Amino acid sequence: MGSLLSRLGLECGRKAVKEEERHLRANDRELNLSYKYSDNAIKTSKYNIFTFLPLNLFEQFQRLANAYFLFLLCLQSIPEVSSLPWYTTVVPLVLVLSMTMAKDGSDDMNRHRCDKQVNNRQVEVLVEGELQSEKWMDVQVGDIVKLENNQFVTADLLLLSSSEPLNLVYIETAELDGETNLKVKQALTVTGKLEDSVEKLANFNGEVRCEPPNNRLDKFTGTLTLKGETYSLDNERILLRGCTLRNTQWCFGLVIFGGPDTKLMQNCGRTTFKRTSIDRLMNVLVLSIFGFLMIMCLILAIGNGIWEYQEGSKFAAFLPKGVNAPFSAFLTFWSYVIILNTVVPISLYVSVEIIRLGNSFYINWDRKMYYPKNDTPAEARTTTLNEELGQIKYIFSDKTGTLTQNVMTFNKCSINGKAYGELLDFSGQRVEINEKTEKVDFSWNNLADPKFCFHDNSLVEVVREGNPEVQAFFRLLSLCHTVMPEEKKEGELYYQAQSPDEGALVTAARNFGFVFRSRTPESITVVEMGELVTYELLAVLDFNNVRKRMSVIVRSPEGKLTLYCKGADTIIFERLNPSCSNLTEVTTLHLNEFAGEGLRTLALAYKDIDPEYMEDWKLRHHVANTAMDEREEKLDALYEEIEKGLLLLGSTAVEDKLQDGVPQTIEQLSKADIKIWVLTGDKQETAENIGYSCNMLREEMNEVFIVSANTSEEVRKELQTARRKMTPDGTEEPTVKKSRSGLFCLQKTETVADEPVNGEYAMVINGHSLAFALEKDMEIELLRTACMCQTVICCRVTPLQKAQVVELVKKYKQAVTLAIGDGANDVSMIKAAHIGVGISGQEGMQAVLSSDYSFAQFRYLQRLLLVHGRWSYLRMCKFLRYFFYKNFTFTFVHFWYGFFCGFSAQTVFDEWFITLFNLVYTALPVLSLSLFDQDVNDWWSFQYPQLYTPGQLNQYFSKRAFVYTVLHSGYSSLVLFFIPWAAMYDTVRDDGKEIVDYQSFALLAQTCLLIAVSIQLGLDTHYWTAMNQFFLWGSLSVYFAVIFTMYSNGMFLTLTSSFPFIGTARNSLNQPNVWLTMLLTSVLCVLPVVAYRFLRILLWPTINDKVRYKVRQDKVLPPTPRRVQARRTSTRRSGYAFSHAQGYGDLVTSGKFLRRTPKSRPALFSQTDSPLAQTQPQFYRTISEREEPPLSP
Amino acid sequence: MMKEELETTNRPDNTAFTQQRLPAWQPMLSAGIVIPGFVLIGLAFIGIGVALFITSQNITVLEKDYTGVETTSDCYKCSNPSDKNCTCKLEFSLSTLFEGPVFFYYGLSNYFQSQRSYGASKDEYQLSGDLDYFKTPISACSPYQYDANQNPIVPCGSLANSMFNDTFKLYQIVNGTKKLVPFDGKGIAWWTDYNIKYRNPSVTPLKNAFNGTVKPSFWSKPAYELDTSDPSNNGFVNQDFLVWMRRAALPDFRKLYRRITEGDYARGLPAGNYSLEIAYNYPVLSFGGRKKVVFSNVSWMGGKNQFLGIAYLVVGSLCVVMSMVMLIVYAKFKFPEDD
Repeated sequence: MGSLLSRLGLECGRKAVKEEERHLRANDRELNLSYKYSDNAIKTSKYNIFTFLPLNLFEQFQRLANAYFLFLLCLQSIPEVSSLPWYTTVVPLVLVLSMTMAKDGSDDMNRHRCDKQVNNRQVEVLVEGELQSEKWMDVQVGDIVKLENNQFVTADLLLLSSSEPLNLVYIETAELDGETNLKVKQALTVTGKLEDSVEKLANFNGEVRCEPPNNRLDKFTGTLTLKGETYSLDNERILLRGCTLRNTQWCFGLVIFGGPDTKLMQNCGRTTFKRTSIDRLMNVLVLSIFGFLMIMCLILAIGNGIWEYQEGSKFAAFLPKGVNAPFSAFLTFWSYVIILNTVVPISLYVSVEIIRLGNSFYINWDRKMYYPKNDTPAEARTTTLNEELGQIKYIFSDKTGTLTQNVMTFNKCSINGKAYGELLDFSGQRVEINEKTEKVDFSWNNLADPKFCFHDNSLVEVVREGNPEVQAFFRLLSLCHTVMPEEKKEGELYYQAQSPDEGALVTAARNFGFVFRSRTPESITVVEMGELVTYELLAVLDFNNVRKRMSVIVRSPEGKLTLYCKGADTIIFERLNPSCSNLTEVTTLHLNEFAGEGLRTLALAYKDIDPEYMEDWKLRHHVANTAMDEREEKLDALYEEIEKGLLLLGSTAVEDKLQDGVPQTIEQLSKADIKIWVLTGDKQETAENIGYSCNMLREEMNEVFIVSANTSEEVRKELQTARRKMTPDGTEEPTVKKSRSGLFCLQKTETVADEPVNGEYAMVINGHSLAFALEKDMEIELLRTACMCQTVICCRVTPLQKAQVVELVKKYKQAVTLAIGDGANDVSMIKAAHIGVGISGQEGMQAVLSSDYSFAQFRYLQRLLLVHGRWSYLRMCKFLRYFFYKNFTFTFVHFWYGFFCGFSAQTVFDEWFITLFNLVYTALPVLSLSLFDQDVNDWWSFQYPQLYTPGQLNQYFSKRAFVYTVLHSGYSSLVLFFIPWAAMYDTVRDDGKEIVDYQSFALLAQTCLLIAVSIQLGLDTHYWTAMNQFFLWGSLSVYFAVIFTMYSNGMFLTLTSSFPFIGTARNSLNQPNVWLTMLLTSVLCVLPVVAYRFLRILLWPTINDKVRYKVRQDKVLPPTPRRVQARRTSTRRSGYAFSHAQGYGDLVTSGKFLRRTPKSRPALFSQTDSPLAQTQPQFYRTISEREEPPLSP
Repeated sequence: MMKEELETTNRPDNTAFTQQRLPAWQPMLSAGIVIPGFVLIGLAFIGIGVALFITSQNITVLEKDYTGVETTSDCYKCSNPSDKNCTCKLEFSLSTLFEGPVFFYYGLSNYFQSQRSYGASKDEYQLSGDLDYFKTPISACSPYQYDANQNPIVPCGSLANSMFNDTFKLYQIVNGTKKLVPFDGKGIAWWTDYNIKYRNPSVTPLKNAFNGTVKPSFWSKPAYELDTSDPSNNGFVNQDFLVWMRRAALPDFRKLYRRITEGDYARGLPAGNYSLEIAYNYPVLSFGGRKKVVFSNVSWMGGKNQFLGIAYLVVGSLCVVMSMVMLIVYAKFKFPEDD
């Protein structure tokens, strides 16, 4: 479904006259047509049969490379200039053009098919008082259409009426934003009255005035004028094209935007093209190569001018010339442009695309990145960014759903001084719990949640024995919360919790025999060990961020009043009855242990209340609750008063389940010198907790700085203090390196240098402070401090801030960034980063839709980067280095020959060789190098994540490497020209006949060249698969087969003028001195490289060489050392965390949202005036991840 | 426990190719290969170098310039281009036997047969005997495509037009009398050129094929009269013409003129005095060119060329030296101790 967005072409939003305001009247086609609004037909295809060829060619020639080759072709058609026959350019150009054309053509065919299918969908339209079935494309603005359940919304509609009460409709927006949960829309009451009466609808003549077409999915402004009255319209009344109607029998809508004007279509085609840094470097290089080419041509042209002046004019007896020296030089310049164009052959671009595509396929094919649980393979959604995966320096990760599974599990608890949840074997050793560990059998409890699992049987035994403390513990959990139950079928309970933590706790109580069954504003019904008990709910002392606790006061059927309280350990401990001090100590030990394991803890306590005191308190509570001013403070004081002298029950430990392998992945990535920043919308405690549990924050760190200030000045001060602590003798002013980059050096870049830090530090900054810190004058301060830290966690950040942080690092670090996330709130940063990764296979699809790569589990990131990314980068760099080497060598030989042919642009090679060199003789070997090569295999890549660092430093391909390549090919070309020159000088065949004729020399030079570059390829290949061997030897054999064929009698006799080299191969390849010359050139080209590399490995070994050496040393893979999860038993640290900010206890007691029948459950969403509707989570999805408006500092 | 059947339709194939686990050979530049390799290559090269050098040393070459630049030269008198049908003499003596078979070359210097437009200025179709191209030669031949009267030139083009036209006669002076050394002009061109690439039109007599055409302006006689005595050496398959048409790659070149293989000279040129009579027709002084004659014998490695032997010796020695250097470096920095 999501593919609709992606396959939309560029057709969107083309309009000659800008529409100011849309005006339409229902059922008045005449008026509406007069505005010439577009109808509902969409056209995403680009071409039709007739326009395909010209349009596609036109588009293709807009690409610089293609245009350049067209220009060359034009040059070649001028006889005075043409130094090469037309086919040398035409053959590759036609090949490239036709390949692209075939791809574009098939893409467009698909688009045509989709368009046709979409345009021909049927919908019922009200025409002249009757409902008629019409095609989508015939629907006009102002028509009234009828939608039925599960139908796609035809166009952007104003909802008029629906089958559901209160004129509600439910829609699914998966195709629009990827979210699969249902959303509610509600019609105006005045239009709702139309119901499904065709007569009324046909007479409806409301006039709509609204905004012009735009791409904002979440906003709509307009008015409906009906019978002189004006009603305002907002997004609540609009059904957008692309949505699907769900749980609604029918609805009627008025078409407001059709076809290309719909928000769906307006939203497409915005995709920004991401380019890799290699791409940008290549652009610069290609440009400088052009410059270089021009210089070479200029030198040769000047040479030609001088030659013509000194020699040519006198040589005129044998070669009359019609032109003077300067003009000849001018013509020669262009002739050489043609000949030397091989420095940037068209095949470079094609090959680069093929390599990227191939490496993308490897990602799609990787079974180790396939997640069997939801059948999701990894996907490279963008095929042009692969090599950048090998250069990542900063990773920005979302937390919920990315690092964590967003599943909370009740893992351990401590009740009355005894800890449960740990499995010990006979010797008292801790048993690691995994999927195979036997689970506790809850079959005795028929209301138990089957998905709940717990491994410690002793707890069940205790609870079934009737231990009063344990029972009280679970009773508390079943009473003290704000969860809503839902019982669709008898015994099938469904909990809707505001935060997953609460859900987990209540579910735990449920499984241990304290089943929270139902609630009313005044009561809570619990099944306690099979017995139905109803408690009277007297008060809910709600949770908030300051209190960090919540309590309920209930009256049991026996009339006993009890206050149950759960909250942060530190807070609870302050309010305990002194008699609990012993228990507190033991519990603290347990809490430390839990916190050390990264579990989220809550302390539980209770207190029996005197009924008389309660009466009094209740009165005061009522007064406070109805007070007009300072209500909050008064209530807080009351709560404080009653939550005192509590008796400790124990503590719970909930695991915010990390995805598998997250700490290991993070460890691996940080070994690869990749910095990971966590950007989360979660609360600080939660974020910190996760930081600890996935090893990003460690107890042994020197310090964890927490930046949470309320003013700009304070934030600055905190940042500075942190920085000074990390580098006491560092400079105050940042070291900013200014440089220029990009084409023509037009881009100014500022790079903030990395600063050395002693020790390990971490920083946690909250969204409020971040808002200040991201301001222009403080951003560098933030960046400096943050970059010194090992770990940076930003919590409570908005989606916009996420993107801003990414942009900040991109701007001042000139480093490659990657953002990974799963939800809609991560889209902005996924788009902002160089590479966006989406976690797929979960509810939301939006992150995946805007990502470049997607896979199901965070841990696959290390494989994506350390294996695929590294290899892609390595391969691309090898390819580029080799490719430039090969072509520069090829071209330079022509340059040298210029001095021996009167600078006449005479090619030194056979024209066919020039045509086929890049296309046939060297294409496949170099492709196989860049598709199969690996320095070490994936196992070793994981073993030595340090292998990743050369990519971050651009070590394999840079301007420097390019210059080396050019110098190397300069040397090679000298060898390849002057050795044959000297070896053949004045010599003859062994039968005295000619051997230094042009054709023989050309054959010798080209064979030497091909052999030399082939051997060089062999030297560059580290991983010789059968394919490499086959292609390399195959290409050489093909070369010899081709020359013997082309220089054969038959070819000459059929195409005399095209194959003038007849007999050359036979006559010169039987000469020993020819072969000796080839041997000499090959050895001279290759041995210096071998010697240099050998010495370099000895003297300055890179990490790469070392690992390769090590691989050689131990061929047999040593067993992977079993990773022992380090347990931290250290300084007291509260493991308290709770994922929601503010409870909705008042709603529970006011009963506002209990007024619903089970059938109309989703109606809950429509009550937009209640805060609940906005914060209502989908089952266990935390609400804290929801989008917040950007903070305005 | 319930065993869940997982749907795995999207699971990628498990092949060595898709999983990038293709079996592969992963060579490394280790000391065990590189250093002995250098030594072996070095020794082999020195061996080849010695063989080449000795072979080259054993080849005898006699080179004589006869451009006539120096006033002392007999050919000085012919260096004025206006002087037609000039003959000059070049005398030399051999102290020992010049071992045969001896090849007699003419050489030209600073002569750009490698010039692009010069090389392109010929008509392959015409030269392969296609009569259509006798009437309309291709435009690449211009300005030697048509003469002033619009008659097609056959063979057309600069390359054919500028054919070398000095002729030589070699005499041995035996007791004051001149004894003609017989020249063998057969089979001096490539077999493929003679038999396949160049063909006369199948018209007899050959002259008729050339009706309506004119000879190249520099030529003294038309193509069908190049060797009237031998029809198989006439027209486009004339050996001298073929040799000339195989254009040289470099501005200094030599071309085979005749072989000395017959009669008393089958074993070579005996010691004694020789006189070379040159019909000096070909002007080269205008563009600073030089003309020479070369007597040479050949070996298995072709003509005399010192370079290849010396290059092999130098490269071989460098390899050996390099292997020493690498050995020392290797001994000092044995890679890698750490880890």
